[in-house]
Amino acid sequence: MNFSATLRIALLALRINKMRSALTMLGIIIGVAAVIVMIAVGNGAQARVEAQIKSLGSNIIMVLSGSMMSGGARGGSGSQPTIFEEDATAMMREVDEIQAAAPTLRGAGQAIAGNANWSTIFYGITPEYLEVREWPIIEGRGFEPAEINGSGKVVLIGQTVAENLFGTASPLDQVIRVRKVPLTVIGVLEPKGQSMTGQDQDDVLLMPLSTARTRVLGVTQSKARSVSSIMVKVKEGADMATGEARMRELLRQRHRLQPGQDDDFYVRNLSEILQAQEASSKIMALLLAAVASVSLLVGGIGIMNIMLVSVTERTREIGLRMAVGARGRDILTQFLVEAVTLSLIGGLIGIVLGVSTAMLIAKLAGWPTALSAAAIILAAGFAAIIGVFFGYYPARKASRLLPIDALRYE
Amino acid sequence: MAALIQVDGLAKDYQMGSTLVQALRGVTLEIAAGEFVAVMGPSGSGKSTFMNLLGCLDQPSRGRYRLGEQEVSQLSSDELAQVRNRQIGFVFQHFNLLARTSTLDNVTLPLLYSRAPLAERDARAKKRLTQVGLATRMDHHPAQLSGGQQQRVAIARALVCDPQLVLADEPTGALDSHTSLEIMALLQQLNHEGVTIVLVTHEHDIALFASRIISFRDGVVVEDKPNTPTDAAALLNIQR
Ligand SMILES: Nc1ncnc2c1ncn2[C@@H]1O[C@H](COP(=O)(O)OP(=O)(O)O)[C@@H](O)[C@H]1O
Ligand SMILES: [Mg+2]
Repeated sequence: MNFSATLRIALLALRINKMRSALTMLGIIIGVAAVIVMIAVGNGAQARVEAQIKSLGSNIIMVLSGSMMSGGARGGSGSQPTIFEEDATAMMREVDEIQAAAPTLRGAGQAIAGNANWSTIFYGITPEYLEVREWPIIEGRGFEPAEINGSGKVVLIGQTVAENLFGTASPLDQVIRVRKVPLTVIGVLEPKGQSMTGQDQDDVLLMPLSTARTRVLGVTQSKARSVSSIMVKVKEGADMATGEARMRELLRQRHRLQPGQDDDFYVRNLSEILQAQEASSKIMALLLAAVASVSLLVGGIGIMNIMLVSVTERTREIGLRMAVGARGRDILTQFLVEAVTLSLIGGLIGIVLGVSTAMLIAKLAGWPTALSAAAIILAAGFAAIIGVFFGYYPARKASRLLPIDALRYE
Repeated sequence: MAALIQVDGLAKDYQMGSTLVQALRGVTLEIAAGEFVAVMGPSGSGKSTFMNLLGCLDQPSRGRYRLGEQEVSQLSSDELAQVRNRQIGFVFQHFNLLARTSTLDNVTLPLLYSRAPLAERDARAKKRLTQVGLATRMDHHPAQLSGGQQQRVAIARALVCDPQLVLADEPTGALDSHTSLEIMALLQQLNHEGVTIVLVTHEHDIALFASRIISFRDGVVVEDKPNTPTDAAALLNIQR
């Protein structure tokens, strides 16, 4: 008997038992869809962490102004100015591993442009800041040296600020008032999206450090040249730990700290935190994939159950087929083709269901999902293998029956 | 005439727990091509067991069986399948049609297992359905047919591969007397066309349509005699 006849027989048998065929497929449909959705969700979460690492810039170390013993009381982070603009320049000069160190002053306030106003945060920065954060300007220009040194009344704005203050109009050359200081918009920053803590990184104003210090914050003499943080970028290929250790040593020297005395600054290695998060999101993705595989396996066992029941239920039919000339292997191929057809159709429906569910999740719940061709092929291939594997046992059982035993079966 | 069927000391035992049931205890006989044989006997006398062995559905415990040129007891299970497909047509008491499957697909079934070309299948199945008077019922499912019609579908299926031998085990057992008569007329007509028929029945009236009656009791042949067959078609005409 040729293959097209076998296929015809198997398809006919499946069509005749629509309900049973549908039930058999259900397990595979759910299994395949689950694999695709879960892998998409897992990959999506991982991709988000990776994107955050990229948006932050890789190899970043944050140095924050720390507590200092003053009158026996220990202040919180940033309560006393302990790090200075010069610390940043010294780092760049003396630590080989450091590519750039960006001193920043942070502040918050209302930004007013015409009738619009928007509460946001601002940073006083040096040009190193954009280098460290790998943050391009998509419209307009960056700061001129004269503006950096001479407290220029200029500002770079994030996408969110641009939208809230100017809508669709071009913000370039418009004037924003921050704490009554008028600043001219010279550029718009590339959108960066959410940070790992869920903050909108585009809700920001960047101005020259000197402008922030003297014009906007109006810092007192005692705090002159102090900054709230220094963002450090370690050179590509250089060892983060060595860089961090040498930088710490330099800062301790510069701050004249005795051995045994606590640091008067905080060091945060953000990449490390993100990498830990990345690792945990990888584990989550793996777990999701494992759960999905189990559901696929359960689907496969469902196929085997129904195939077994169907073989038993159809024993007389098998007997009749043998009586009219079916060989054992004809019966075997028929049942195998039935199983494979079911799992392939189920697999296809599962793919459609899985892909659309993943897209729906991304759309409705706002979760990032990343569909991968590999996951889809894997799930579909697995479905086919399950069909053959679990279809084989009952099929072989059926093919070994003596015709008369099958015919007499009650 | 050359013997189509030759059995020699054919026996079949069934093991039922600790007891051995000797369903067939050494049957030796010949059936020539073109005969219409009725196998008679009380229930449990081994008629069906004998038929199943003739039909290569079961293996004998002892004895030899020759069908045409072939020594059946030496064939592999694939070769037996081919013998069933090419040389034997079965008609069962309970029709054994595939449910929810059209009449035409039911009759085509044996052709799917032979190497009949696709183009031929439908034509051959339709020809046989027309022959049994069901040309207008090709798309019906078994559940939409009467018992007599279902048995005719089964006969068309038995004939579709042009077998030399048709084995019918109580084919009228589930039918009323008028429908039984119609089925017997059909079998007689086939026999006139040259098909050898072996028919199992426990009803004497039905056996009288055959040209030879073999009686079984307790697994052995107790009587084997020729018979002048009653003409089923003529009886039908009288009833009308
Ligand atoms: N599969 C089987 N297992 C055990 N005993 C059987 C089996 N088939 C038939 N028999 C026994 O063999 C004997 C003959 O049965 P069978 O050939 O069906 O008789 P008949 O068709 O003449 O009524 C009976 O006693 C029956 O119980
Ligand atoms: Mg019987």
